[in-house]
Amino acid sequence: MLILAIDTSAVASAALVSDDAPESVIASFATADTRSHAEVLAPGIEAMLSEAGVSGADIDALVVGVGPGPFTGLRSGIATARTLAFVWGKPLHGLVSLDAVALQVAESTAAVPEFLVVTDARRKEVYWARYSLADGQLPLLQDGPHVSVAAELPDLPAFGAGAGLYGDVVEAHPEFAAEQPDALYLGQSALARLASGEALLDSTPLYLRESDAQVPGPRKRAL
Amino acid sequence: MNRTQPLVLGIESSCDETGVGVVRGTTLLANTVSSSMDEHVRFGGVIPEIASRAHLDAFVPTLEQALADAGVRLADVDAIAVTSGPGLAGALMVGVCAAKALAVATGKPLYAINHLVAHVGVGLLDDRATGKNQDLPANLGALLVSGGHTEILRINSITSDVELLGATIDDAAGEAYDKVARILGLGYPGGPAIDKVARNGNPKAIRFPRGLTQPKYMGTADEPGPHRYDWSFSGLKTAVARCVEQFEARGEEIPVADIAAAFQEAVVDVISSKAVLACREHGIKDVLLGGGVAANSRLRELTGQRCASAGIRLHVPPLDLCTDNGAMVAALGAQLVMAGVEPSGIGFAPDSSLPVTSVSLPA
Ligand SMILES: [Zn+2]
Repeated sequence: MLILAIDTSAVASAALVSDDAPESVIASFATADTRSHAEVLAPGIEAMLSEAGVSGADIDALVVGVGPGPFTGLRSGIATARTLAFVWGKPLHGLVSLDAVALQVAESTAAVPEFLVVTDARRKEVYWARYSLADGQLPLLQDGPHVSVAAELPDLPAFGAGAGLYGDVVEAHPEFAAEQPDALYLGQSALARLASGEALLDSTPLYLRESDAQVPGPRKRAL
Repeated sequence: MNRTQPLVLGIESSCDETGVGVVRGTTLLANTVSSSMDEHVRFGGVIPEIASRAHLDAFVPTLEQALADAGVRLADVDAIAVTSGPGLAGALMVGVCAAKALAVATGKPLYAINHLVAHVGVGLLDDRATGKNQDLPANLGALLVSGGHTEILRINSITSDVELLGATIDDAAGEAYDKVARILGLGYPGGPAIDKVARNGNPKAIRFPRGLTQPKYMGTADEPGPHRYDWSFSGLKTAVARCVEQFEARGEEIPVADIAAAFQEAVVDVISSKAVLACREHGIKDVLLGGGVAANSRLRELTGQRCASAGIRLHVPPLDLCTDNGAMVAALGAQLVMAGVEPSGIGFAPDSSLPVTSVSLPA
């Protein structure tokens, strides 16, 4: 099975993963910055497909990170994935973007049985979720994702750039203090879950916050 | 690429309308629009984040519908065009990302185009009743009035040479309508609500200010002031609020119809007089009216009268093509293809304040 994975919940990233490939990775790319998704994502995907010699017809499914993440960036990945899936006529699945960091933790020497994944939600808040990990299993989402101030997080080891930002109040793992969700791990997670028959999410974004719009109150009358 | 009768798909998402249109050359094949206007009603104005969320969910269904309406397949399309600005940044982003993905998935060339110039592009579509081709006259003026913009442009070449003669320096005219409708308790969108109530009012009952009309802003034809062809509507809105407060302070009933009529007269008067002035002083003999506020009956009437007395022909496209839509984007895209302009590629960024001098982005 060949999957194109896309995530723009923090940085822009995309990957081609397949259970036939070594380490199940065919190609991947990720940007460092969090504010230029609209420029870099499509060229990145196009270059990746052409270098790998893969066309839309070869792809079996698409996977997109549905957040949580800053809204405008998050939508750029979902809009891209939905459109590609529509044109190619391929199924599109969603995954919580934090799952990407969780899998990366699980595959590292830093793995612990229970931990948090934390990303930057801006406005002095973080997006976070609690995962559990059993030997040889994929990390399991136990609670979340939520958005809150870092000081309200459960007292557990915390992984991801959001933890790194608030190292004064959370137990941030130093090796993961700048880590962002990456489509590469999202794709691998999707491959494993689809292989085990698990149903994934649809591509509905996890905004977690309402739009800031305020319904205007009645106009104040003079006197 | 077929450059004589190109089949072009246009995508628009700069404000609250998700539009996908299809044209072949100058023939309109489909104009599908999904609006999030209903979701903004309780806020009394467009909320950018709500508009962006709606674009994301509306895009693929709107695209599918437009292809069905046009009876074409994506594979048949020669080029894709998308609004890359000006507009709401987050809203533009959705259309731009979708358009780029469409270009990647189909391998079709992509044009990043200017929303304001696209409003003029609809004037080139064949007359729907007669099927007749409509050439834009040389040295065309375009008066664009909507909730997001108020501009007077000069179009020397729609594909390569567009000039901004004047624009609002604060609120767009449609925005002023929305704000005043809220003050008067008339609901959203303000344009049609005020237009309706104003018919029963006396436009001369109250005299509201015409922004930027004092000599220090106007100057003379030979020595134009800093805002000779520009507009300002924020002072007008404040004047309406003060007026309402004075009636309330005196314990008198608010003459809503008179205020609406007088407000509308102030807006329409200053828009049409400055537009006609700009045209006269630039030797412009034809002017096209575009934007959602073109639906306003009084604006069409007064602008029509003043153009006629100045010997200027006023062109008003069908109203469904005046409001934001994908057909206008496709229409301009087709003009670019036919003029041999090269596509923009997929590396560009949306630009919420794209100037009108930039008709399409270079590769
Ligand atoms: Zn417009």
